[in-house]
Amino acid sequence: MKFDTPATTNPIDQLKVVGKPVDRIDGPMKTTGRAPYAYERHDAIPDIAYGYVVGASIAKGRIASMDLSRAKAAPGVLAIVTAAEAGKLTKGDFNTAMLLGGPEIQHYHQAVAVVVAQTFEQARAAANLVKVEYVRSKGSFDLASAKDGATKPKDGGPDSAVGDFDAAFAAAPVTLDETYTTPDHGHAMMEPHASIAAWKGDKLSLWTSNQMIAWGAGDVAKTLGIPRENVRLMSPFIGGGFGGKLFVRAEAILAALGAKAAGRPVKVALTRPLMFNNTTHRPATIQRIRIGTDRDGRITAIGHESWSGDLPGGGPETAVQQTRLLYAGANRMTRTRLAVLDLPEGNAMRAPGEAPGLMALEVAVDEMAEKLGMDPIDFRILNDTQVDPEKPSRPFSQRRLNECLRTGADKFGWSRRSRTPGQTRDGRWLVGMGVAAAFRNNLVMKSAARVRLETSGVVTVETDMTDIGTGSYTIIAQTAAEMMGVPLTRVNVRLGDSSFPVSAGSGGQWGANSSTAGVYAACMKLREAVAGKLGLDPATAEFADGRVRVGNQSLPLEKAAAQGPVTAEDFMEYGDLTKTHQQSTFGGHFVEVGVDADTAEIRIRRMLAVCAAGRILNPKSARSQVIGAMVMGAGAALMEELVVDKRIGFFANHDLAGYEVPVHADIPHQEVIFLDETDPMSSPMKAKGVGELGICGVGAAVANAVYNATGVRVREYPVTLDKLLEGMPVLA
Amino acid sequence: MAILDDLQLSRREVMATGAAIGVATVPAAADAASGQPSIMKVSFTVNGQRQTLELDTRTTLLDALREHLKLTGSKKGCDHGQCGACTVIVDGRRINSCLSLAVMHEGDEVTTIEGLGSPEKLHPLQAAFVRHDGYQCGYCTPGQICSAKAVLDEIKAGVPSHVTADLTAKIQFSEDELRERMSGNICRCGAYSNIVAAVAEVAEGKA
Repeated sequence: MKFDTPATTNPIDQLKVVGKPVDRIDGPMKTTGRAPYAYERHDAIPDIAYGYVVGASIAKGRIASMDLSRAKAAPGVLAIVTAAEAGKLTKGDFNTAMLLGGPEIQHYHQAVAVVVAQTFEQARAAANLVKVEYVRSKGSFDLASAKDGATKPKDGGPDSAVGDFDAAFAAAPVTLDETYTTPDHGHAMMEPHASIAAWKGDKLSLWTSNQMIAWGAGDVAKTLGIPRENVRLMSPFIGGGFGGKLFVRAEAILAALGAKAAGRPVKVALTRPLMFNNTTHRPATIQRIRIGTDRDGRITAIGHESWSGDLPGGGPETAVQQTRLLYAGANRMTRTRLAVLDLPEGNAMRAPGEAPGLMALEVAVDEMAEKLGMDPIDFRILNDTQVDPEKPSRPFSQRRLNECLRTGADKFGWSRRSRTPGQTRDGRWLVGMGVAAAFRNNLVMKSAARVRLETSGVVTVETDMTDIGTGSYTIIAQTAAEMMGVPLTRVNVRLGDSSFPVSAGSGGQWGANSSTAGVYAACMKLREAVAGKLGLDPATAEFADGRVRVGNQSLPLEKAAAQGPVTAEDFMEYGDLTKTHQQSTFGGHFVEVGVDADTAEIRIRRMLAVCAAGRILNPKSARSQVIGAMVMGAGAALMEELVVDKRIGFFANHDLAGYEVPVHADIPHQEVIFLDETDPMSSPMKAKGVGELGICGVGAAVANAVYNATGVRVREYPVTLDKLLEGMPVLA
Repeated sequence: MAILDDLQLSRREVMATGAAIGVATVPAAADAASGQPSIMKVSFTVNGQRQTLELDTRTTLLDALREHLKLTGSKKGCDHGQCGACTVIVDGRRINSCLSLAVMHEGDEVTTIEGLGSPEKLHPLQAAFVRHDGYQCGYCTPGQICSAKAVLDEIKAGVPSHVTADLTAKIQFSEDELRERMSGNICRCGAYSNIVAAVAEVAEGKA
């Protein structure tokens, strides 16, 4: 099916199952420990040996020599694979650095060997006996020093300009020109990257933990130099990804190489301390923002520049993206620059671009409102735009940012906020409130599915879509139930297998809308086939209560499968609606913090998000996506920072004690409000993404609340107490 | 007093454990010359079932459960005591099973997530987690639930925490107590708000 005209009324609009806050269908398996993750497939394959990865201990240079003799002689060792033994490996399309390094080393903890042994303990012990001599080369590890040498990236429209920014900014009576920094962030998903590989002749089965099955199958084949049809990926349960499992990583390739060398299935998980430097991360940014307004607060000039770094051949953090669309203003510019850094590979992490971009922009907006003596919500509403400000002929499909902000202000008690900072005390706490706009584009991706009416009357859905905690199993089941007129209990969903039709996968908050639209397309085809089997007119057939009805004629659905299962497969692809209309999602984040008046310890007291993101397919799982993203945003605001050792060139705090993420005690009760909305421009589901919207702007809302509490403006994330202490209000 | 009894008990346990380690080091030293791993037999009860294993002495309780007994509900998130995904209950107390060698648990009673309930018959905490969507990817979830069960027992037993205001009064369940005590169980999906709601519902007897 092709979606190229706005959706009209369709079976999803019945909302008998879709739109209901049903419990996740995979919940009982997950809460009882029965859901099998990649490393745990005792059920799938016996006699698995254990692989343990050795990571490079330099950031850049060459392996001079490797001595494997002691490791090879260690008890239980079956095989050791290094680049020297691996044969020709080709870098995958989605990787920047080689997944198995040597002799050239491109980053710290790049894998240099996998040791395969009978047991985990033996593999680990033997891996410690691998002796590597390196020749270190000089590397570039400090973004601030590399900034001036940064260049314009080849792709992605690094520069944008409308009107005459320089002249308008120079002429503006009220201006802001500030620079903000965000550090490198780690995904730190709870399940480490893990894979089991098994060869049958030249065919490879890989049980893995991967968000994008088709990309993954392609890159495994490319890396190993084998035909794509010889690779099967299975990833039914994924212990978190956040972008860190978008691409094939070292453990999958090393499991495959290790299994080949050992002649046995092999499983490999990255150890937690290896993950942060071996895999990808969200790159640090330096962002300069300039805003000029007239005396009434109308933006006349807005400019956003961002610098980030990556390995040669890598890409930038696109932190200026949202500034092209979020606020009005006739004169505008953005600029993205990329420096070469020899740190581990930078890549997508939840809301790449917008997450760090809004951490800067929405603080700048708060600062600008203060300069104007305006409430920051009023300032945002005044500068709202209902059209693409770079191309006013192009409207937003829906844009209810103002309503998000007004609703949130009302629910949060915004009117109680003191506009002058440092004025509100609650015992030893200085209390402040902050707000920020949330903004993230709605992306749509081609997505296919296969649906089958079984003889039992059960509807089976198969698609290579993944559920990384997002709720895909449940919303796909809801979609099929709604379309085929059966209860949720009569739908069976199978995901994450490369032998299933290719879906949108999980990334860029496109998964929910795109994958369910693919299921919608397949179900439309199945409805036709079913009606045909029953001798009913497909155009007028209604599917409800397990029956198919035309006029007075009503037949049980399963009758169509009396002679055997009925199968249909289709995909949804997209026309020009994303070009003619800007599709985005919006929200308002509200945060209240307490800052200890003596120690400057920061505690979040309340959080509220109001979201406008099209139809919400399942308010329960969608709410969880938003609160979870708010937690990650709180982490980015207050604690998360991969600390670069600028001499050696690596992230020094590469475990969960050093890289702090929010824990229970850091997070209060959270509230989420979804505005009632449908967006017929996005798909027949009329839904949009929400999983990344939740993180967009949270960090700035926290930082703005800290400012409101203390009067100290921190422009270098994370906002930690040491950065507040000097400027804290003098106690009376 | 319950608290004092508890502390005395744990001192005895520490001594007993120390003795067990002393025994374990003997074969390990003997095997150092041959390079072969030292293997020890250990017996403990897991979810009510007696298990006897011959294990490399380096095997953690977590790997004994996951790799040898194929009880993969307990998760390996960090393998060094920083994330809580491997939390199991041993003799009534929650521990990070990755920080504990299996051979230290001779005669112990281990409860894992599989022992609390099954998909067909959920434990009240498991049911509350489903109802409140107290999980997303599900990887930290077994640890959260085992931890929560033990936390509720700790509060009942009068074990204080960092946020307990009055050490002489009977400790009451509160969301602050829960957040403090559960802070060793990281959830990167950020389901904390829902986890607290789920556990509170069970603690307050509404489930």
